[in-house]
Amino acid sequence: MKLKTILTAAALGAASFAAQAADTIKVGVLHSLSGTMAISETTLKDTVLMMIDEQNKKGGLLGKKLEPVVVDPASNWPLFAEKARELLAKDKVDVVFGCWTSVSRKSVLPVFEELNGLLFYPVQYEGEESSKNVFYTGAAPNQQAIPAVDYLMNDVGVKRWVLAGTDYVYPRTTNKILEAYLKAKGVKQEDIMINYTPFGHSDWQSIVSDIKKFGSAGKKTAVVSTINGDANVPFYKELGNQKISAEDIPVVAFSVGEEELAGLDTKPLVGHLAAWNYFMSIDTPENEKLIDTWHQYIKNDKRTFNDPMEATVIGFNLWAKAVEKAKTTDVDTVSSAIIGIETPNLTGGTAKFLPNHHLTKPVFIGEVRDDGQFDVVWETEKEVPGDAWSDFLEGSKDIEADWVKLKCGNYNTKTKECSGQNY
Amino acid sequence: MTDHATLVPTPPAARGRAGAMRGVRIWLAALLLGLGPAPALMAQDDSADAGQAATASQDASATLAPLLAELGGAGYREKQALVARMVALGAPNTRLALRAFLDGALYQRAADGKVFIAVEDGDDHYSLTDPLTGAAAGGASGGLKRIRTNNALRKALRQAIAQFELSDPDAAVRLASARELVDDLDEDTVALLRQRAPVEKDAEVLAEIETGLALADLGSADAEGRMAAIEHLRGSMKTAVYNRLNLIAEGDPDTAVRKAAAAAVRGIDGWRKVYGWIETLFFGMSLGSVLVLAAIGLAITFGVMGVINMAHGELMMIGAYTTYCMQLLMPEHIGLSMVLSIPAAFIVSGAFGVAIERGIVRFLYGRPLETLLATFGLSLILQQLVRSIFSPLNRSVSTPDFMSGTLQINEALSLTYNRLYIIVFALIVFVLLQLILKRTTLGLKVRAVSQNRAMARAMGIRSEWVDAATFGLGAGIAGVAGVALSQLTNVGPNLGQSYIIDSFMVVVFGGVGNLWGTLISGLSLGVINKLLEPYSGAVLAKILVLVFLILFIQRRPRGLFPHKGRAAEGH
Repeated sequence: MKLKTILTAAALGAASFAAQAADTIKVGVLHSLSGTMAISETTLKDTVLMMIDEQNKKGGLLGKKLEPVVVDPASNWPLFAEKARELLAKDKVDVVFGCWTSVSRKSVLPVFEELNGLLFYPVQYEGEESSKNVFYTGAAPNQQAIPAVDYLMNDVGVKRWVLAGTDYVYPRTTNKILEAYLKAKGVKQEDIMINYTPFGHSDWQSIVSDIKKFGSAGKKTAVVSTINGDANVPFYKELGNQKISAEDIPVVAFSVGEEELAGLDTKPLVGHLAAWNYFMSIDTPENEKLIDTWHQYIKNDKRTFNDPMEATVIGFNLWAKAVEKAKTTDVDTVSSAIIGIETPNLTGGTAKFLPNHHLTKPVFIGEVRDDGQFDVVWETEKEVPGDAWSDFLEGSKDIEADWVKLKCGNYNTKTKECSGQNY
Repeated sequence: MTDHATLVPTPPAARGRAGAMRGVRIWLAALLLGLGPAPALMAQDDSADAGQAATASQDASATLAPLLAELGGAGYREKQALVARMVALGAPNTRLALRAFLDGALYQRAADGKVFIAVEDGDDHYSLTDPLTGAAAGGASGGLKRIRTNNALRKALRQAIAQFELSDPDAAVRLASARELVDDLDEDTVALLRQRAPVEKDAEVLAEIETGLALADLGSADAEGRMAAIEHLRGSMKTAVYNRLNLIAEGDPDTAVRKAAAAAVRGIDGWRKVYGWIETLFFGMSLGSVLVLAAIGLAITFGVMGVINMAHGELMMIGAYTTYCMQLLMPEHIGLSMVLSIPAAFIVSGAFGVAIERGIVRFLYGRPLETLLATFGLSLILQQLVRSIFSPLNRSVSTPDFMSGTLQINEALSLTYNRLYIIVFALIVFVLLQLILKRTTLGLKVRAVSQNRAMARAMGIRSEWVDAATFGLGAGIAGVAGVALSQLTNVGPNLGQSYIIDSFMVVVFGGVGNLWGTLISGLSLGVINKLLEPYSGAVLAKILVLVFLILFIQRRPRGLFPHKGRAAEGH
């Protein structure tokens, strides 16, 4: 089924290239459809296809139909760069929606900058980057990690912190930022425990036991988890088995959403927390309408909708508005037209592109319910503007990204220099 | 008996909210502890006083209803205040209502705003109970909205319920209640415990209560009382005790008390260390038994037959998916489906194994590189097959009740049941396999063929049939390992990949072709890994084990227990 879609899309792309090159706007989709990341990325491909479908029903853009070009980088980081090159150089797509892991984004970055492509990246990430050719529609650390820690500190009264993560760039950078932030708030070194585990780690016994011991020192303890995808299931199972309940030691996760919970026995998770910019359970007319559209498109009303999917939808809407405003799909014109454009979030409020290529986003903290959805227990009063360079890290707090006035993604406010397009 | 009668008229609701709660907790304690059975029962067997009590509780139950109704529209903080007010009221069925609230069984009917305890007894049909009377109130399908709880509220509920349950007739309930109360002591809970202590008959509950009282005495003004409390708490493994003694050892004004506390802490520290070692050993054994399970099938295909089967992990994955399918078939009997999954997974994976042997491997005997590549390709095909059939998302496999939870020895040491079961299961599989190979004709033939194929054929053994059966046996065992893994990790297309390297490691370390070697090497690799983990972290521990293994293989290429004699020359 999936293979068929890809083949048809590819065949369509090839066959119609000569005849229709001028008549369609090509939208590249660069998400893994096989390999380890397929679990998360396949739904994003479906989301983009749904949005294209919807847009075409409305008559397309600039009087032209949108045409998807789907490729499969197969969870293979070097292949991401190859496929990106193929999309930009061979298929000549006008825009690309894609990537999930930071390492895949880092891998395609030079290609997009060399061939002057346009990439919309829909996943929460570690920040410390702002490229001229990339628009970040997911959360920066100050739109997810920092508010979550604030919530735990002020509302739950947490005094001791476990920062647990999978051993790769996103958790390491996020934890570095969080550690600096916690220390700035007066938390002592001995009250912070940092732990890294390999991808797909499944034997959590000793780590959970350590967390239990760390948490039984008489001070309220919480776990801030940047544990990635697959490793979460055995982690939460072990928490349940060792009788660590969310009431004693809550775990707030940055990469566990509705889609991940769908593959889980949620009983032991009830009450644990997640921080996102979107929850499927939030009751707004926009959200309800889009979930309906999604269920109709995917022909399954059990399917979940999650934060990166919303980020994809927002990215697509903003791009479409920018194209209409610019009256062209030319990358440079669209890039400058898109800054300042607004679109409503599915959960209320508006998403606006800032000069640093990040969005304004509301932040929600949700508690896991036994049906795999989240109850929102806390939210920010208004949208938080995304900050590309963290204000809490040495070497990063002086750097600013501004593609309107400064025309630079990493401008050092102390040395008054733009260190070039290195990130 | 008369005590409560004099206490009843005090109108608790008249005081401030927090004050009311405190005061009434004590009142309630007096009521429950002084009388033993629930107030409702009292009304029947007593005369004048009890009559008064009955009217009091009727009044109370009349006011419980609006509080319950208010719950539906309240925010979490308001709900918490409402719970406090309910406790303060002390109506007869408060405990029932609060328990249902905690368990998520309290629903509000949309039509009239009435609150019920609802239990789902069929497809979208609920049987209702009135929380005010505890009587059945018919059924309903739809039109009910659950009253939700959050963490803070659940904690408050648990403590509120514990106050009621300290006088429950069931000792196990009292023990849980006492533990809950001791973990979070304040004046009121101490008063409750103090009142319960003289009437408590169960030794375990009494010990818990006395620990709680001693903990409270640690705060007493005179040094002698504190000394006595420390003496009582010496050797207790409770975390709350340890934390408290530590504080006293550092900050008590009296030197003798400080010294005594420090000595008690040292004693507890010693025990904690011992329990820590036992725990590490258990963790190591359980990781090791998972490794043994994963590797033992491979020990047959790779060890006995010499086939490098890269699709071994995917055979485990098939076993895990079989477990998932069995649960889909019988969603009502998770425990039974688990047991039945074991033979089912053996058969399904075994059949795949035989098909792989007949279809691919048999053409490639004696060509290890081609076998490796062919089976690696096959593993990718099987993964994609599962992705197409079941979707790339992980499937959720529930844990049967008998496998969840912990065997709590004390607060410093508890062993998780699922791990205990898997250790036992691994040993059973090992023994069975050993028996098959040593005691059955199939085993005899397998050994004969693996030692000298030509000679075995000359003796009339159909070596082709034996090859297929052996490979099927190895594959079937992999499937059984998959059943165990479904309880520990993700059931998804990548399940196999994460175990294949470990499996080869175990087999090579143990000595190719030796089941005992596989057992010993699996368990020791597990324990080594867990011993290293606290010092080096999980990532480095894995690397260190790998480096150790490489060095070991350099010194002893044939592993821990190499085959000896002429038979070994063939390998």
